[in-house]
Amino acid sequence: MELRIDAGIVADARRLATAIAAPVSAFIAAHSTVAVERSVLRLLGVDGVCADEAPVPNRVLERLGPERLRGGAARAIGALTAETGRTPDDVASALAEGTLAAGLADGVPEAAARGALAGYVRRAVARIDGRREERAGLLARLPQFEPPLLYVIVASGNIFEDRVAAVAAAEAGAQIVAVIRSTGQSLLDYVPYGATTEGFGGTYATQENFRIMREALDAVSERLGRYVMLTNYASGLCMPEIATMAALERLDMLLNDSMYGILFRDINMKRTFVDQHFSRMLSARAGIVINTGEDNYLTTADAVEQAPAVLASQFINEAFARAAGMPDAQIGLGDAYEIDPGLEDGFLFALAQAQLARQCFPDAPLKYMPPTKHMTGDVFTGHVIDAMFNLASVTTKQTIHLCGMMTEAIHTPFLGDRALSLENARYVMNTARHLGDEIEFKRDGIVERRAQQVLRDAHALLERVSTSGLMAAIERKTFADVRRSPDGGRGVEGVFARDASYWNPFEDELRGALAGAVPEAARLS
Amino acid sequence: MSNFVRPYGDTRDDGKVQLSFTLPVEWSESADEAARRLVATMGFTDVAVAEGRRIASGFSFFVVYASTPVAVDLDGIAAAATKAHAMSLAEIDAFVRERVGRKIRIAGACIGTDAHTVGIDAILNMKGYRGDYGLERYREFETFNLGSQVAVEELARFTRDEGIDAVLASQVVTQKGSDVANFTALSELLEAEGIRERVLLIAGGPRMTNLLAAELGYDAGFGRGTLPSDVAAFVARRMADRAGA
Repeated sequence: MELRIDAGIVADARRLATAIAAPVSAFIAAHSTVAVERSVLRLLGVDGVCADEAPVPNRVLERLGPERLRGGAARAIGALTAETGRTPDDVASALAEGTLAAGLADGVPEAAARGALAGYVRRAVARIDGRREERAGLLARLPQFEPPLLYVIVASGNIFEDRVAAVAAAEAGAQIVAVIRSTGQSLLDYVPYGATTEGFGGTYATQENFRIMREALDAVSERLGRYVMLTNYASGLCMPEIATMAALERLDMLLNDSMYGILFRDINMKRTFVDQHFSRMLSARAGIVINTGEDNYLTTADAVEQAPAVLASQFINEAFARAAGMPDAQIGLGDAYEIDPGLEDGFLFALAQAQLARQCFPDAPLKYMPPTKHMTGDVFTGHVIDAMFNLASVTTKQTIHLCGMMTEAIHTPFLGDRALSLENARYVMNTARHLGDEIEFKRDGIVERRAQQVLRDAHALLERVSTSGLMAAIERKTFADVRRSPDGGRGVEGVFARDASYWNPFEDELRGALAGAVPEAARLS
Repeated sequence: MSNFVRPYGDTRDDGKVQLSFTLPVEWSESADEAARRLVATMGFTDVAVAEGRRIASGFSFFVVYASTPVAVDLDGIAAAATKAHAMSLAEIDAFVRERVGRKIRIAGACIGTDAHTVGIDAILNMKGYRGDYGLERYREFETFNLGSQVAVEELARFTRDEGIDAVLASQVVTQKGSDVANFTALSELLEAEGIRERVLLIAGGPRMTNLLAAELGYDAGFGRGTLPSDVAAFVARRMADRAGA
C-alpha cells in the first residue's frame, strides 16, 4: 500500500529540516540551563529534599550561584569532592544545608576536579546501560504483541490508584501505560519528591512514582508473559531531569517534543531547545523511545489545514533528535486522527496523512493519537469514531497507538472505559490486520493527491522557516498560529552561556559513545 | 398544571434506561446477580443484566437495561436563558454599533493551571466552531486571548489595565474542585480591584452551567455545545443594557 510521492521532495524536506536545526544546535552547544545542571547533579547521585521541601539539586544550584554555574555544576562539585574527599552526594547535601561553603574549592585545578568525578560518571552511565540491557533481556524473554502497540493513560492523581488501573489495563491488552502528569507540573522548575497521592488531572512525575509503577508493571509483565512499557513526560521546565529519572528507573518511552513547550506552554524557546537536546542525549543512551507532540497542532486548529505543519514538525523533530544522537528507531514522531467527523472523505485524508508519515519516516516508531477535539458527551458516537481511528492506524502500520476513550470529553478514563477502548482496538486491528498489505491506492485518487499536496505544502513551509531561521519563524507565528519571542516565556532566567571552563561530563560521555557505534534499536517493530 | 414524562424505550411510559458500570469483583454468575440487585436497589424494575464479563482480575463490567417507575414534571423547570434569541455575526455587529456605540473589549483565558484551551479557543479564534465564527472575527469586538495557564491575578490585572469590558474565564479540569476555587478567586480579585461591577464576568468549560455560574457570582456560564455567537449575543445584549441604563 504505497503512495506515489516524490522522493526528491522528501529528501529535500529532510535536508531543510537539518539546515533549520543546525544554527539552533550551535546555540545549544554554547549554553546550558538550570535543568541541565540539576540533571548532572542527579546523575552524580544527588537527590532528596531539604527541610523546606526544596529539592537538593535546586538548592545546590542556588548555593553555587550564577557565576560558578557558568563552568557547570560538575566543575564545582568535582572541585569540592576533590577538596573534601567526600562523595558528590555528601558535598551536595552539605552545600544545601549550608554547612559547606561553595567557595571553598574555587582554587582546585580543573584536572583534579574532573578526576574526582571520573568514577561517579562511569558508574552513572553504567547504571543507565544496565537498565537498558535489562529492558532488552525482558523484551527478548517476554515479547510484546505486534504493533500497533496499544497505549493507554492512567490519571487518577494517586499513584497507588494509578497502579491498580495500570495493572487492569495491562490485563485487558495494554502494551504501554502512560501516567499523565498533574496539570501544571510542566511549569514547575523543580521535580517533586517521593510517592504522591494528590494531583489535578493527573499524577506528579517523581522518581519514586516512576519506581512504584515500574515495579507493578514488571510484575504484571511476568504474569502475562509479555513486557508492558511505561511512559511519562519529559516536557516543560524539567525535561532533562525527567529524562534522567526515566533512564534510571527504566521507563521505556517519554513524551518529548522540540517545540511543544514553546508553542503550547509558553516556555522560553532557548530553554526548550537546550533542555530537549540533553534530554534526548540521555534518552538515546537509555534506549528510551521519544514520542513527539504533533497532535497538538491539530487539537488547537483545523486538522485539514494544519496537516502540512504536522509533517514539517515531524521533520524538525527528527532533525533535532538525530542531532542529539537518537537512532530513527527511537524517534516516535506524532500525528493524530482529528479530522472533523462531519467532513466528507475525512477518513481518506486521515489515511493519506498517516501513510505519508509512514513513508517519509520508514524506520520511526510512529505515534498515532486518537480523536479528542471532536469527541462529545455522546459516548456511542465517540466509540464509533475511535473504531475508525483504529482502522486507520492498523492499515497504515502505526507503531504506538494511543487508544481513544469514548469518555474523552467527559472525564479522565474510568477503569471500564479503558477496557472497552482496548477491546475496540483489539477487535478492529485483528479483523483488519493485513488490510494495508492487500490494498493499493488509486493512482492520482483522493488519498494520493491529498498526500502529495500535504508533502508539497510541508516542504514549502520548511523552506520559509529555513530562510528566516527557526527562532524568527516562531516569532512570526509560523507554527500553531502562536507568536513567541526568543527572550520571552517561562524559564528564560534559567538559561545561561557556558564559560571556557564549562564541563558536563555526561555530555562528553554520551557524545563519545554516540560517535562510535549507534546503540541497537529498541525492539519495537 | 403538570406534564410528566418518563424515559422512552419503544413504548410511551415504559421508563426504559440503559446503565453500564464496573464492579470491583471477579466475574461470576453471582457477580451478574450482584449487578442486578444493585440496579434494583436503585429503584429500577424489570432489571435485565444484558452483559456481564471480566475485564481484569478483580473487575467486572456490566450493561444493564431496566425500567424506572418515576417520572419528571416538565412544568416548572426554569431554563437557563443565556443561549436564547440567537443573532448572526452581522446582526450582532450592527447591534453593537447601534446600541453600544464603541468596540467591546473582551479578554479570554484558561485560568489557574489549566492548559486545555480547546474550549476558549473555539469561542475566541477567528475560525470558530462548527461553522460559527469566533469572537476575533467580529468587527465590533476587540479580543485578547491570553492563552493557557493564566494566573487569576494576571487576568484580573489585565482586565484592569486594559479596560476590559467582558472577561471569559475557562477551565476544564474539574478534579477535586480546583475549577470552583479558581473561578471564585477571580471574582474576588475583581471585586478587590473595584471593577467587578464594571465588567461582564463569564465562566466557561464543559461542565459549566448558567446555574453554577450564578452561584459563583458570575454574570453567565456557558457549557458544552456553546457556539461563539451564543457568547457574542449575550455580551452584546448586556453591554447594550448597560449603555442604555
